[in-house]
Amino acid sequence: MDTVDSVFYPGPSNNPLLDQLPSYQSLLYRRKSSGAGGTKRRGSSRTRLNSRTRVSSSSSWKWKGDRVEERPTTLSLERTVRELPKCMEQKRRNNVERMEQARDLSAWKQWGQSARHSLKRLKEDCGQALSWLELWRQDIHVIEGMFGTGILSYFSFLRFLVLLNFVIFLLMFGFVMLPIIITNRASGNATFNPKHEGECTIYPSTSRRGLVVFHHYITDLLSGTGFLEETYLFYGYYKVETIDFPSFRYNLPLAYVLITIAYLFLSLIWIVKRSATGFKRKLVQDQDRFQSFCNKIFAGWDFCITNEMAARLKKSSLLYELKTDLEEERSRQKVAGRTVREKCRIYVLRLVLNLFVVAVLAACFYSIYRATIFSQEAQMYPPRNFILQLIYEYLPSMVITLANFITPLLFSFIIQFEDYSPAFEIRFTLMRCVFMRLASIGVLLFSLWSQITSCGSSNCLCGYNHKLYPCWESRVGQEMYKLMIFDFIIIGAVTIFVEFPRKLFVTYCDCGLAKWWGQQEFAIPQNVLEIVYGQTICWIGAFYCPLLPAISTIKYFIVFYIKKMTLVKNCRPATRPFRASSSNFFFLVVLLIGLALACVPVIVSIAQINSSHACGPFMNYNTSWEVVPQAVSQLPGGLNTFLKAISSEAFAVTFFVVTGLAMFYVIALAGAHKRVVNQLREQLAMEGRDKRFLIQKLYQAQKTPVRSTQNLEEPGGVFLVQPPAVSATHV
Amino acid sequence: MGNKQTIFTDEQLDAYQDCTFFTRKEILRLHGRYHELAPHLVPMDYTEEPDVTLPLALIVNMPELKENPFRTRIVESFSEDGMGNQSFNDFVDMFSVLSEMAPRELKAIYAFKIYDFNTDNYLCKEDLEKTLNKLTREELTAEEVNLVCEKTIEEADLDGDNKLSFPDFENMITRAPDFLSTFHIRI
Repeated sequence: MDTVDSVFYPGPSNNPLLDQLPSYQSLLYRRKSSGAGGTKRRGSSRTRLNSRTRVSSSSSWKWKGDRVEERPTTLSLERTVRELPKCMEQKRRNNVERMEQARDLSAWKQWGQSARHSLKRLKEDCGQALSWLELWRQDIHVIEGMFGTGILSYFSFLRFLVLLNFVIFLLMFGFVMLPIIITNRASGNATFNPKHEGECTIYPSTSRRGLVVFHHYITDLLSGTGFLEETYLFYGYYKVETIDFPSFRYNLPLAYVLITIAYLFLSLIWIVKRSATGFKRKLVQDQDRFQSFCNKIFAGWDFCITNEMAARLKKSSLLYELKTDLEEERSRQKVAGRTVREKCRIYVLRLVLNLFVVAVLAACFYSIYRATIFSQEAQMYPPRNFILQLIYEYLPSMVITLANFITPLLFSFIIQFEDYSPAFEIRFTLMRCVFMRLASIGVLLFSLWSQITSCGSSNCLCGYNHKLYPCWESRVGQEMYKLMIFDFIIIGAVTIFVEFPRKLFVTYCDCGLAKWWGQQEFAIPQNVLEIVYGQTICWIGAFYCPLLPAISTIKYFIVFYIKKMTLVKNCRPATRPFRASSSNFFFLVVLLIGLALACVPVIVSIAQINSSHACGPFMNYNTSWEVVPQAVSQLPGGLNTFLKAISSEAFAVTFFVVTGLAMFYVIALAGAHKRVVNQLREQLAMEGRDKRFLIQKLYQAQKTPVRSTQNLEEPGGVFLVQPPAVSATHV
Repeated sequence: MGNKQTIFTDEQLDAYQDCTFFTRKEILRLHGRYHELAPHLVPMDYTEEPDVTLPLALIVNMPELKENPFRTRIVESFSEDGMGNQSFNDFVDMFSVLSEMAPRELKAIYAFKIYDFNTDNYLCKEDLEKTLNKLTREELTAEEVNLVCEKTIEEADLDGDNKLSFPDFENMITRAPDFLSTFHIRI
């Protein structure tokens, strides 16, 4: 075997036969074109065609520059010149050739080509001009050089959220606020005709009268009551039914509902589009090799790193990753060797621990519920001391933050006992934390609603508790506003009061405690959860508090600088690295979960809960959604019946069935492709073995030319009737 | 911009724009960086296409490449003589392939060359061992290095010859999710 395989070993000059293989031709190195001038080829898929034209010159290593290759024009136009793996002079020659070929085409095609060319140039120039507008380009470049692409993905995610929030704000502003602002200044006429009379429409003003102590302003600013309540900030201000412009009527309630749905939809599409590339790649890679060795070795080093310390850290983290993988390999072998008894023990342990986790979650949710109810009751009868009042107002936020601080520590402690593989441990803990964070908002809202729709023992007169909550949407908006403000305060406070002191302590104090605590690590998953949490609040709250996206934009803008500063000054990169590719996908999946969770309260609130009769655009409707069917019924006949048909059950069932069929087809197609891939892989292995066998035989035959001419009766083997110089394989 | 620069003719800039993934501004900036490496060797006027090459040692000390464990191999792969002496064309080519806009197939071809230390057109076990040692500062034990190399070859080798040829490598790298995001240098 060794003597045979030695044909493959050191160096191409050993066996000229190998040099002539088409797949070898595909990878010749650059040579000076005046000297041993081979050219590089594209990938092996093209070599078959090329070798036909190349065969004539492969024996001589002198490839003159002016030798035109007779590549068929259809193929050469498929790849642009810049994508060819050749050195610059050859590319320029190619370019010149193509331009000469283009001159042979008809005038119409020439014009088409030159138009395409200038369009491409225009696009490039525009792209370059636009890149100047790109937010934080220089900052992100610096971060990338210092910390690598894992942390970079966090910051580009943050930038994406800033843009998303800004666009949502523009939508809200353009369609909901701008008409009202114009009405107040210009010629429009805003009308609203209250249909309901009686108790439900009483909305006592909450602005403070008389001599107002200064700290009341602070309380109002921080909790959205008082002077802030009847402004553009909250739902209650938009008490308009229609606006009569000179040429048309603008139905504001309809706009409000449709814009809410539109911004949720826009967010969904934008996120999906952004995650599409990452998702495609994830589908292609094998499922059981989540972070394979090849990926780490060949795509593991961040070529962007320019900082010496970052390079050292990257090497350590790669080392750590490889060691973890080797350990995972060992643990996989251990799992395979588990006995039934051990398996039972492990499963029972996991069940118990999962029940414990569920119990912890239930306890947290219950405490949030109780805190909300307490806070709501306390707001009815506020205490004299304004600090105490603020604490009562912010109690739900504080409980949520505390719960979100403790539970990750608990989860990462528990998972050690559950004996999963390291990669799965990380993912599972993260999923638990995600669920905890996002569900806590849902629990808050649920407890709020239970307060709003409970009127003691009797049924609610107006569908909600109008005595305590004359304008309940504004109240919900205030809670969302408080959550957002508190979240922002916490991010700032943790940076200033925890991370800075820690850095100072670790740098200047030389005791064992400092060494054990260590420098702060920039933990990407926790940071991502923080900002996804804020974004979920924004999505839910934008319906009740239309200016919330603007506040969110400003908040994330400032958070970028805070995080950048803490990263540069306080942190070292995580020893457990977070891969860029999987991290992008992870961020967007978590964001999608947040969006899905945000849609539920918004939809329930629009469709189910009675809108308040004392304030807001939906005073004259029972639920917010009612405005849409009413508007549809006012449309012209054809459109009306069309829209009614779409929303009918018949259409929905048909649509469902068709979608189900399409999904089934696509899944079947994917399965078929997978089978084909496996077959092709086996064929490739077989071809490789065939190739080795044939080369081996040829080599043997080449080595014994004299013998073959004499022993014509020798069985087997390959016969060469003539000396190899003129054999069919040598050209 | 416009007609102010005298480093290249307009045709040259057009050709560069067609043959690389850079815009005119970036090409001029690259020329500035190339010139900075050896101001006395590199002329400011490239309209006559002077035949100037810079040695490996100068290019490898650029800040973008300084910390890269594969810097020598990168520069060698993009040089005409295979020893690392780069003309300006090679220099631009290198950064063009390593830029964000280059497609995956093109990057895969050059990545293969870079990792092929003994330039035999196969990624054999020695190549992998060298790669691994450069990546981890030689802190893995010999047994671990062996194990990792074996597993790598096992994962990627399709034709069963115990080393990675280019089709093996290309097939594997298309499934490596991090490749595009890590195999790029910003300049």
